Amino acid sequence: MSYVGDVAALARKDLLLELRGRETVPAMVVFAVGALVVFRFALPGEQSEAAKGLLWVAILFTALLALTRAFAAERDQGLLDALVLAPCDRSAIWLAKAVATIAFLVLVEVFALAAFWLFFGGLGVAALAAVALADVGLCAAGVLLAAMAVGGRARELLLPVLFLPVALPVLVGGVGATVTDDPARYLGFLALYDAVFAILAWAGFEYVVTE
Amino acid sequence: MIRARALSKRFGTRVALAGLDLDVPRGGFLLVTGRNGSGKTTLLRLLAGLAAPTGGALEVATERARVGFLAHEPLLYRQLTAVENLDLYARLYRVAERRERIGMLLERFDLWDARHDPVGTFSRGMLQRLALCRTLLHEPELLLLDEPFNALDVEGATLLDRELEAARGERTLVVATHDPDRLAVPATARLRLA
Amino acid sequence: MALGLLWAPEDADQGPSQRIFYLHVPVALTAYALFGWGAWKALRLLWTGREPYDLESYTAVHVGVIFGLLTLVTGSIWARASWGTWWEWSDRQLVLFLILFLFYSAYFMLRYSLDPGPARARISAVYALMGVVLVPVSFLAVRLAENFVHPGPIVTRTDPQLPGEMLLAFVVCLAGAAALAATLYLNELAGKRLDARLRELREALG
Repeated sequence: MSYVGDVAALARKDLLLELRGRETVPAMVVFAVGALVVFRFALPGEQSEAAKGLLWVAILFTALLALTRAFAAERDQGLLDALVLAPCDRSAIWLAKAVATIAFLVLVEVFALAAFWLFFGGLGVAALAAVALADVGLCAAGVLLAAMAVGGRARELLLPVLFLPVALPVLVGGVGATVTDDPARYLGFLALYDAVFAILAWAGFEYVVTE
Repeated sequence: MIRARALSKRFGTRVALAGLDLDVPRGGFLLVTGRNGSGKTTLLRLLAGLAAPTGGALEVATERARVGFLAHEPLLYRQLTAVENLDLYARLYRVAERRERIGMLLERFDLWDARHDPVGTFSRGMLQRLALCRTLLHEPELLLLDEPFNALDVEGATLLDRELEAARGERTLVVATHDPDRLAVPATARLRLA
Repeated sequence: MALGLLWAPEDADQGPSQRIFYLHVPVALTAYALFGWGAWKALRLLWTGREPYDLESYTAVHVGVIFGLLTLVTGSIWARASWGTWWEWSDRQLVLFLILFLFYSAYFMLRYSLDPGPARARISAVYALMGVVLVPVSFLAVRLAENFVHPGPIVTRTDPQLPGEMLLAFVVCLAGAAALAATLYLNELAGKRLDARLRELREALG
């Protein structure tokens, strides 16, 4: 129970920080909607199918935006030390950060998907399920990578480089679930990705933040 | 409480600590002095478990939950209020009767009136006082204080002296400072880093 | 290796282009083995906390990336020989190696952006372990992606049946690639250890 309590306390802190600063989510919304507008002009000819693929590019980069900011408060003020010193299990830090990042991402996607519906047409239930599963996987793996990059030089550049190859399978699963007739396979694949990287990040996070 | 043998720490090619032997008994008060860059902070980070030694052996006979570490940075979220910051740490350290404990500390360090202000609006001295609250919040068994007098005015320094006096003998204390004259409470041992 | 190339009997269908197979596949398999070895050493590092494993893991990944690059080059040549294009998206192995190559290139950037020390060793180790997880996941992804990024018939490369002499040539090539990898690995490791020792000595003196 105390593990859940730790995660809740830490995640609550991240939500509170965002509520106070409003630094990340509004920027993500504008970025995601802006990306969709850009796609309108980047796609010659028949658009709706290709737009579905590009929607996933938008989701990927919006997630990247959130992840770049994920440890911003900790980084600026050396606060990762304080969290590592606390007696909670270190994986709770990862889980809380992932939960908070997923919350931001879902909030942004509400706007982004509404904009997509307006610009290009609706999406099926499978696509929405894929978005939810993808959020989990992107944040699970992404928070681990963000924690790796946070101590490095040129970290703003480092995270995208680390993130893209790892996030590519999510893109495949997401696009597959959105455009093919057989979304179940792709949803299954996304669930598998989520499970595998959640376990890896849960077990590996401690080593990334401690010496 | 603390036992170090031939303790050393390198950062790449830079040697921060070399061949340090150290014994601090339970309830002891070690004063660490030395110039800036002499390895005081490194030693405290090693003791806190934030860094791993590159050589030698180090034993700290307590658990993470019982260590209080006052670092260079106040380790507080600037966007959150004083109460919110302390509440987060109180939850993580599982402090019993959080509200009462937080209220008591804020009063003792003369921060009660500012308790609902974002920490970002605090002066340096107030930040340091709040950081001390954070460090003492869970009544640690081992207190590691890195330059605790930094930015404190006369009043703040008096408050700190009172805390140190109260902690002496009760808790194990390691205080690092470049200016030992400010310390009113006598230490049981001194370590001078060159 | 050279022996395998020259001596291997020509495939009836593919002719001389077939020869690149004896280079491409062993090199690819060796690269996998090196990434696996690097991850194993990374696991040992996290398990025991002993510093030498860091260098061993790093060296394995380093040599693995060289072999990965060779795989891409030979694969590209093979694609040119078989289908007349230098890049063939329908070749799963090639696409997978491209992803892995990107992933492990990022490994170097990660390492170079961190200060040497136990923290870097542990972060690199977790990343290297992520790599062996990413291999099967990416492989699945590449297969699944064929259903929508490649409408129309999928060009599959019929992996040659390997009777008698061909099999022998293949095994010889595989052994050659593995031996080359092992030599490179040990050489690199020795070099890197020497570097580290030199640095320590210089410190001790100065």
